[in-house]
Amino acid sequence: MSVLAPSVADSGPGPTAELQGLREEFPILRTKIRGKPLVYLDNAATTQKPRSVIDIERRYYEEWNANIHRGVHWLSEKATHEYEHARDTVRAFLNARSRKEIIYTRGTTESINLVAQSFARPRLRPGDEVLITGMEHHSNIVPWQMVCQLTGARLKVVPITDEGELVAGEFERSLSERTRIAAIVHVSNALGTINPVRQMVAAAHARGVPVLLDGAQAVAHMPVDVQDLNCDFYAFSGHKIFAPTGTGILYGREELLDSMPPYQGGGDMIRTVSFENTTYADLPSKFEAGTPNIAGGIGLGAAIDFVQAVGLKRIGAHERDLLRYATERALEVPGLRIIGQAREKAAVLSFLLGDIHPHDVGTILDSEGIAIRTGHHCAMPIMTRYRIPATARASFAFYNTREEVDQLFTALEVARKVFSR
Amino acid sequence: MMDLNDLYREVIVDHNRSPRNFRTMADATCTAAGHNPLCGDQLTLYLKLRDGVIEDVSFQGSGCAISIASASLMTEILKGKSESEATRLFDKFHALVTDTGDESDPDLGKLAALAGVRQYPSRIKCAVLSWHAMNAALHGESRASTE
Repeated sequence: MSVLAPSVADSGPGPTAELQGLREEFPILRTKIRGKPLVYLDNAATTQKPRSVIDIERRYYEEWNANIHRGVHWLSEKATHEYEHARDTVRAFLNARSRKEIIYTRGTTESINLVAQSFARPRLRPGDEVLITGMEHHSNIVPWQMVCQLTGARLKVVPITDEGELVAGEFERSLSERTRIAAIVHVSNALGTINPVRQMVAAAHARGVPVLLDGAQAVAHMPVDVQDLNCDFYAFSGHKIFAPTGTGILYGREELLDSMPPYQGGGDMIRTVSFENTTYADLPSKFEAGTPNIAGGIGLGAAIDFVQAVGLKRIGAHERDLLRYATERALEVPGLRIIGQAREKAAVLSFLLGDIHPHDVGTILDSEGIAIRTGHHCAMPIMTRYRIPATARASFAFYNTREEVDQLFTALEVARKVFSR
Repeated sequence: MMDLNDLYREVIVDHNRSPRNFRTMADATCTAAGHNPLCGDQLTLYLKLRDGVIEDVSFQGSGCAISIASASLMTEILKGKSESEATRLFDKFHALVTDTGDESDPDLGKLAALAGVRQYPSRIKCAVLSWHAMNAALHGESRASTE
């Protein structure tokens, strides 16, 4: 599948140098950790925030703070306008047909739970099937297990290869007459694998199966067009795309969202309420009970503006260069084993360093100012699949540099020395 | 600034590479499994008690260097200690790795090598895992978790 345009970084140092200039926009990247300059390589966990996002959150609280959708005063109208404008920004970013298809949530996890509870649960009967893959994050496993337990449906899992790809043809073969929904990770957080989701959606639709895509690890790294992917639901988190934590989006096809009951009840999601009967608001409000993270939503809009200005094709090209370089360096390290070697891969390097436990690797890197993730990455079934307790994971964003990759490998050499005394 | 050699002291690297008393015990009088969900560290602790004294102690399992070395050092120091001495040592060790303990306390012996852990709060659970397992075993519980 072609997620990325031909590499722009290959055309010379120009684009990469420009991206490095953008580091200035991220105040935290100037921080020192234990006396050493921060090298932040934990972007799959969360990304850092540019000044424009930080500034607009502060501006909201200093100049616009009010509750939205109900006040007749100036502040409420301004806050509502900014929050709803950010929704339009998200719509354009995903190329959704309508702003009604853009639901604000707290993050990918809540988006998936919403679909599991409001879409799947009423439709599932005993013996029905929910289809996921062997490389899902816990947030795309547990919500489905919960509805399966409640309904008597069965969770089916598409296996993965040693390289970290879905076993060829296995997804298609796993679609049955009983499959009611398929929920697939777009990009694996633990392995970096980019799944061929466009073809998978087409295969599922050919069997009449709707598809949810978990885009948490995709949206900050590659262009996503929900009409082109033709998916039924697309979930992502704001904090993984340079926006504040506690923000997220569920894209849903309008006719499906229309057919679903509300997820939570409360203020803002109703038209009329009496003790006998309540009528619900139209989309998207129907799924947005209670006062939301207004500042965060506005910040999400600013973050997307930022990403669009940088350009996702340029971001993708630079990150591919970083991955290529980091992988080359990794292959030179004796005893280093890369976990996840899919042909289509995002800028995630999961690895084991000899028999040194990943947590010891992480602590030693931390003492050098380098932040990586160590552990099971909320994907314990993947660890079980590879019979390992954990991995060390360096994950890159566009503001990372080849110099930082070099620092990573210098620190890994320190780790090897510490443990070979 | 933190010196790496302060955390990964040679005695820790050594006990990680060659853990002492690393075996099962057929005639153990009590055992407990310890689990640290954060790291995935898992170990089983075996104790042989006679008249309130720890006559033998061993462990098996897998985990990071801090948890394995800590367990290994613990088994060395616990041999011959009474139950109440063991519990008192746990308290002292806990204080050591959570910043209030005295590294020079002679009772701690080689355990003092783990003092560097206090600068890495996320790793404290690794250091105390085996001690929680010991505590559980002494109290007749079969499992201990750091969560």
